[in-house]
Amino acid sequence: MSDLTAFREEVRDWLEENCPPSMRTPMVPEEEVWGGRNAEYVNPESKLWLDRMGEKGWTAPKIPKEYGGGGLDRDQTKVLHQELFRINARQPLNSFGIWMLAPCIIEFGSEEQKLEHIPKIIKGEIRWCQGYSEPGSGSDLASLSTKAEDMGDHYLVNGQKVWTSYADKADWIFALVRTGPKEPKHNGISFLLIDMATEGVSTKPITLISGKSPFCETFFDNVKAPKENLVGVENSGWTIAKKLLQHERNFISNFGLAGGGTGSGADVVNIAKKYLGEVNGQIANLTHRENITLHKMKEHAFGLTLQRSGDEGAKASAASSMFKYYGTEHNKDRYELMIAAMGNKGLGWTNEGFSDDEQAITKAWLRTKANSIEGGTSEVQLNVISRRVLDLPN
Amino acid sequence: MKLILSEEQQFLKDTAKSFARDKTPVTHFRELRDSENAQCWDETVWKEMVELGWSGILVPEKFGGSDFGMAGISVIMQELGKTLTPSPILSTSVLGVSSINMLGSDKQKDDYLPKIVAGELTIALAIDEGNHHDPFAIATTAIFDGDKWILNGKKVFVVDGASADILLLVTRTSGKSGESNGISVFAANKDNTGLNITKISTADSRNYANIEISDLKLEQSALLGEQDLAGETLEKILDLGRIAISAEMLGNTEEAFEVTVNYLKERKQFGVQIGSFQALQHRAAKMFCEIELTKSAVIAAMHAADENSNELERLASLAKFQAGETLHLVSNEAIQMHGGIGVTDEYDIGFYLKRARVAEQIFGTSEFHQARYADISGF
Repeated sequence: MSDLTAFREEVRDWLEENCPPSMRTPMVPEEEVWGGRNAEYVNPESKLWLDRMGEKGWTAPKIPKEYGGGGLDRDQTKVLHQELFRINARQPLNSFGIWMLAPCIIEFGSEEQKLEHIPKIIKGEIRWCQGYSEPGSGSDLASLSTKAEDMGDHYLVNGQKVWTSYADKADWIFALVRTGPKEPKHNGISFLLIDMATEGVSTKPITLISGKSPFCETFFDNVKAPKENLVGVENSGWTIAKKLLQHERNFISNFGLAGGGTGSGADVVNIAKKYLGEVNGQIANLTHRENITLHKMKEHAFGLTLQRSGDEGAKASAASSMFKYYGTEHNKDRYELMIAAMGNKGLGWTNEGFSDDEQAITKAWLRTKANSIEGGTSEVQLNVISRRVLDLPN
Repeated sequence: MKLILSEEQQFLKDTAKSFARDKTPVTHFRELRDSENAQCWDETVWKEMVELGWSGILVPEKFGGSDFGMAGISVIMQELGKTLTPSPILSTSVLGVSSINMLGSDKQKDDYLPKIVAGELTIALAIDEGNHHDPFAIATTAIFDGDKWILNGKKVFVVDGASADILLLVTRTSGKSGESNGISVFAANKDNTGLNITKISTADSRNYANIEISDLKLEQSALLGEQDLAGETLEKILDLGRIAISAEMLGNTEEAFEVTVNYLKERKQFGVQIGSFQALQHRAAKMFCEIELTKSAVIAAMHAADENSNELERLASLAKFQAGETLHLVSNEAIQMHGGIGVTDEYDIGFYLKRARVAEQIFGTSEFHQARYADISGF
């Protein structure tokens, strides 16, 4: 028996014993787990499942064991995912900490920072949010002006962040701050970790065109952040910031695949058959059918490209801009096709005249408009491909 | 199914790349076009390909081939596509070999395959009869008179039909036009009376023929496989052809794109490289994305063929669709981004546009494959 087969059996046995029955049913939005100091668990088995997976380090299987991760290699991680998929196991933890921050602390952080922060991320004890964009710094992120002044043993932080997802629920924030006001803009930025419970930090939620949103504004008013919370070297935070964006783009681009990410998980073909009718099992309206087929073929080829990238063993790189660009544009397209297929049923706002599913699709359609803006706009992604992949001149 | 190449496949690809660079750069195609060469491909070059074993990539080992599969031939096609290398590899080594191997009797395989491997025979599959690819819209008839088969009808746009030694004629022996049942395939020597082969002149300066078939008499032994029952196998043979030409089109696309991106870095206007203009950069970046999607669709389809996947039809249509759409886009943008020089005959980039539109037609356009994909998927 190969090592991998033995590992698969071990995983299978462990899951059989440790994955609670309700965690093998489809996820419902109210029961999604994000962890943190103030987490509330609608379903107690969610907490149990998180604790057990967190203890094994399997919420972050590839991170080394010394930092609380699973310490698994590529193949083992794949086996773990396959086994989780086989029993329809729910994601035990959604976490910006795992998706974005942990890989960067591993690459750029000090040993103390790794030991302090990563285990708490993996166990879901501390929930993180991302402090990047500012009211005056969107696509031109490096122009950010939130300043952090050196006060000896701490930085004094003043300024404002915007689009901080779940800032009102997060325990800590990883933020880009300006430590070198006189340096050229890219060379005066630092990557700073700030406890949201510190005096002077406040948040305010933002309502989107789709309604309620997890986005917030975050304000820093004379906030004291200890020096040991600087990741990497002062004024070289831009390198870390860019790397983290690649991890973020990889994660957002998965939204482009059917059902993933934003919204209702509804399939455009089924929606079209339901609202346009069927003739001999086919979408009745031929123009809609053609448009949807084109979309599905692009989706198929895009899915194969994500798979190929994995098979080639590609890490986060400039090519992640392609996935971010294509995936988010594709997702927008899907919802346009969906509401078009639904006709006047695709335009509901509240429940007078519309089912819950119908309203959800309308809201999701509006929400997708932000996919190609957040995490770097489509235009920024195309710039990255032009400059870094195709090597076209500035 | 992993969407990467094995070491052997990568080696084959590298070999083909050097071959195309050294033996058949685009100047080779230009010389052929400007010459009186009626078959539009070079005998010596084909012989060298045969020596490398490329004629026998899909031939089973017991008939002298290497049985290296669709991934093997596709990576060769991709590299040859980069330099627009003309050769009978698609018609003979993909369609000819597959037809004989998948439809033929052991005797027929013995008769044909070793000779194909040795480069002694070239083959063409004559299927289309109308202005558009429509594989079962076959009106050409074959009637058995008790002694011989008598064939009547016509074939158009037969790839390499103007030079092939053997023509594989797709006929209707029963049923109605459009039905998959009732299709039979016959092998006929090009010199048979009853065949009137006319070379047609196409924009891509390659080898295609129209064929009139009038009272062509063939022995029973000319029938490939079983009477009436070739339809389903023929669909699979065509899928292999579609995958192979998709790979070639991917090669066309990659090269046209690379040449264009290089031009954007060299050409100066208004005192700067034109590649610094965002109006051009974003279009180039979008092409890059579509090319990546095409690579994935082609590699998935060729592996699906080799693994006998039940997704073959869908993936073959996806590959031909995506390769067609991308080559269409890139061949147009390549001309536009080159500006004036792009529309001169002196410059090579126009060859890619001309080849593109013809290749898009072969074995079904993007529209054809979009419709097929929708039907297979139950949309």
